[in-house]
Amino acid sequence: MVTLSVNGRRHDLDIALDTPLLWALRDALGLTGTKYGCGIAQCGACTVHLDGKAVRSCVLPVSAAEGKEVTTIEGLSEKGDHPLQRAWIAEEVPQCGFCQSGQLMAAAALLAQDPAPNEAAIEEAMKGVLCRCGSYQRVRRAIERTLAERARGLA
Amino acid sequence: MKVVLDRRTFLKTAAAGGALLLGIHLPGCREERGASASLPGSVQPVGFTSTFAPNAWLQVNDDGTVVVQVAASEMGQGVMTAIPMLVAEELEADWQRVRVEFAPARAEYANPLMGNQATGGSTAIRGFFQPLREAGAMAREMLVAAAAARWGVAPGSCRADRGEIIHLPSGRRLGFGELASEAARQPLPEQVRLKESGTFRLLGTPVPRMDTPAKVNGSAVFGQDVRVPGMLFASIERCPWFRGKAVRVEVGEALRLPGVVDVQIIDAGVAVLAESTWAAFKGRSALQVQWSPSKLQGLDSGAIRARLQKALDRPKPRRNEGNVDKAFRAADRTIEAEFALPYQAHACMEPMNCTAQVGSGECTVWAPTQAPGRTQQTAARITGLPPDRVRVVTTFLGGGFGRRSEQDFVEEAVELARRTGRPVQVAWSREDDIRHDFYRPASHSRLRAALDAQGRPIAWHQITAGPGLAQGGIDIPYAIPNLRLEQAVVEPGVPVGFWRAVGASNNAFPVECFMDELAAAAGRDPFEFRRDLLADARPRAVLELAAQKAGWGRHLPPGQGRGIALYRSFGSFVAQVAEVSVEGERVRVRRIVCAVDCGVVVNPNTVEAQMESGIVYGLTAALESAITVRDGAVAQSNFHDFPLLRFDAMPQVEVHIVPSGEAPGGIGEPGTPPAAAAVANAIFAATGQRIRALPIRLGA
Repeated sequence: MVTLSVNGRRHDLDIALDTPLLWALRDALGLTGTKYGCGIAQCGACTVHLDGKAVRSCVLPVSAAEGKEVTTIEGLSEKGDHPLQRAWIAEEVPQCGFCQSGQLMAAAALLAQDPAPNEAAIEEAMKGVLCRCGSYQRVRRAIERTLAERARGLA
Repeated sequence: MKVVLDRRTFLKTAAAGGALLLGIHLPGCREERGASASLPGSVQPVGFTSTFAPNAWLQVNDDGTVVVQVAASEMGQGVMTAIPMLVAEELEADWQRVRVEFAPARAEYANPLMGNQATGGSTAIRGFFQPLREAGAMAREMLVAAAAARWGVAPGSCRADRGEIIHLPSGRRLGFGELASEAARQPLPEQVRLKESGTFRLLGTPVPRMDTPAKVNGSAVFGQDVRVPGMLFASIERCPWFRGKAVRVEVGEALRLPGVVDVQIIDAGVAVLAESTWAAFKGRSALQVQWSPSKLQGLDSGAIRARLQKALDRPKPRRNEGNVDKAFRAADRTIEAEFALPYQAHACMEPMNCTAQVGSGECTVWAPTQAPGRTQQTAARITGLPPDRVRVVTTFLGGGFGRRSEQDFVEEAVELARRTGRPVQVAWSREDDIRHDFYRPASHSRLRAALDAQGRPIAWHQITAGPGLAQGGIDIPYAIPNLRLEQAVVEPGVPVGFWRAVGASNNAFPVECFMDELAAAAGRDPFEFRRDLLADARPRAVLELAAQKAGWGRHLPPGQGRGIALYRSFGSFVAQVAEVSVEGERVRVRRIVCAVDCGVVVNPNTVEAQMESGIVYGLTAALESAITVRDGAVAQSNFHDFPLLRFDAMPQVEVHIVPSGEAPGGIGEPGTPPAAAAVANAIFAATGQRIRALPIRLGA
């Protein structure tokens, strides 16, 4: 039995302790916004927050998430209106969209930890999330838009 | 533009759509549409007292919403927005009240250019541009007729505008919803007038994508996200080498692992079925499988390459213009070069998957498929059911690029659902996805050209060795009087399939790199050399726009270079100028300026996004990854050894669209072919080193 706190709610799950957090989220809790893309922490589609830090849930055993707060894309904001989500819509970032939960969660963790990340910090945070559709330029623009709004006190 | 409707087609679709000719909805149709209602962006048309569905493409509900059936698969290219734009433009709908659904698999949803319900070959807009505008115009005429009848006025005194019909002399208005039931009783118009392109309100404007909200809050349902009560998840152990079959299986611990419920041997391999994806993965890893040997076990990339190269000496003729031999004899000098391209995987971010349920007398398949028509046929074949008893629910596709035109993942899910009697989702691992693809074929090209004393090319001779798929997509727009294309069709046995831009992805690289070599041999600037050989206005305008926006000719610091490439594919012209910097063996692409002429533009934002996307796809193949074969098996398995371009290597990409009133061209694929050549030519400009093989490895 594992007790997980996900998006502010507690869940008792009867699953093996070595189950990666990704599959606990997707198959046990039905939170399918977090995606499986590679299983070896190479693509970042499975990125969620563990106590506010971006982690690759495909290689994190659920046991390591016990006692910590897990946030998924479903819990990033109440109404899909996190400043980054609004910027993602404004910049029309997604194409196929499969990687975008991971892109958003990686960016959100960065902006939560660093109020004004420089270019290098943005690249470091975002290079772990692959996009086969090539949305990177728009991801960058959306992050910059959010930072600009934040600088103006809007976000 | 006045269009005489092909009455037979529309009568047929009207009958199938249900509303008009029969006066009722066919229940099967209603159910099928309702099935996709769980997909974001769709509405369930149940609960409306009256609806108006003059053809299979659209329905006007009595609340004024318009539901458009999108018969193309949304894999990132924006069809879910562009398709309803076509309908709404002619219907004069209020865009805010337009909803979409992914169409079920049915014959009338075939793309006219594909001949079936499939999304590929950059045909969605090219195929549907005319029929969907006609469908919208037809409904508009019937709504106008209904309003005119209600008011007792001449239809010619009424006009449709943003979801309403207006009686112009009196200013009276009625909403589409109020007219739905009466419109359904109007006769089908014999002919409709389509809007002139200058009067478009939606087409040509950057309408926001319909699917963005669901794709930023995690609610978009991809194939992987389908959840059906009582479902099992399956992971299939597959033979590492091509065409091997399981001959002996030791189940071992697999069936004792928690959550594992069954093991089945199927054509694709050995399937472990479990209550969760992870349990299926774990069960699979406990299997011991002995595989049958295969004749392809000896395959190896080095040997394939040698075979392709050797085949260049024994080509068969394909196209011959002028007198190539004579031109070579008369040449001032001749140039020759060979180019090699490797196999490529699609590597869609969403690994292959499919969910199926087989009941008594019916089957449902939830599939991220590019070809719902083929999915239906596949399931019908396996279950023995008539196709109309197979319901196909097309989900969002986490990338397609041609891979999802194949039906292997559908076969597996349907077969396992049939055997177990439970809904089954087949979940491919990334390793499965990389190692069991239908690959873009490897190819080898030999190009020869003859130059006259002024450095003008007077003959072009190109031989391509590779599978049939690599032989297509050769396009040489330059005015060269003597041309010979030859082919050496070699099928080494590696499974091959449609990959973004198909043959053009093999052939743009040799053609446009060789053009650069000719320019250098002639002592000419590579942009001017190409421009002077372009007789047609469209490619010339695209080339000039790219060069101008890129600042062609402007000085660059040492170690940097600029390269240009032009290619036509899928009815569109694309030119790209790449700027690279080279440090030692490290290449960095700093900037790509792209110009595109894709004919009339439906959504400029989507055109831009697709150019960006096609470029990144091309850059990954140019710089990052390749598939190689060892002992009949693919050597790569995941993103550590099949790397994709990452965020930190992304160049600045600028897209410029040439305004055009020509028929629409494709946009999903044409951005890819020129990218590798533009980069290779830029490396030559920076270093003097010619690149003749992909992926680019300086010093190799």
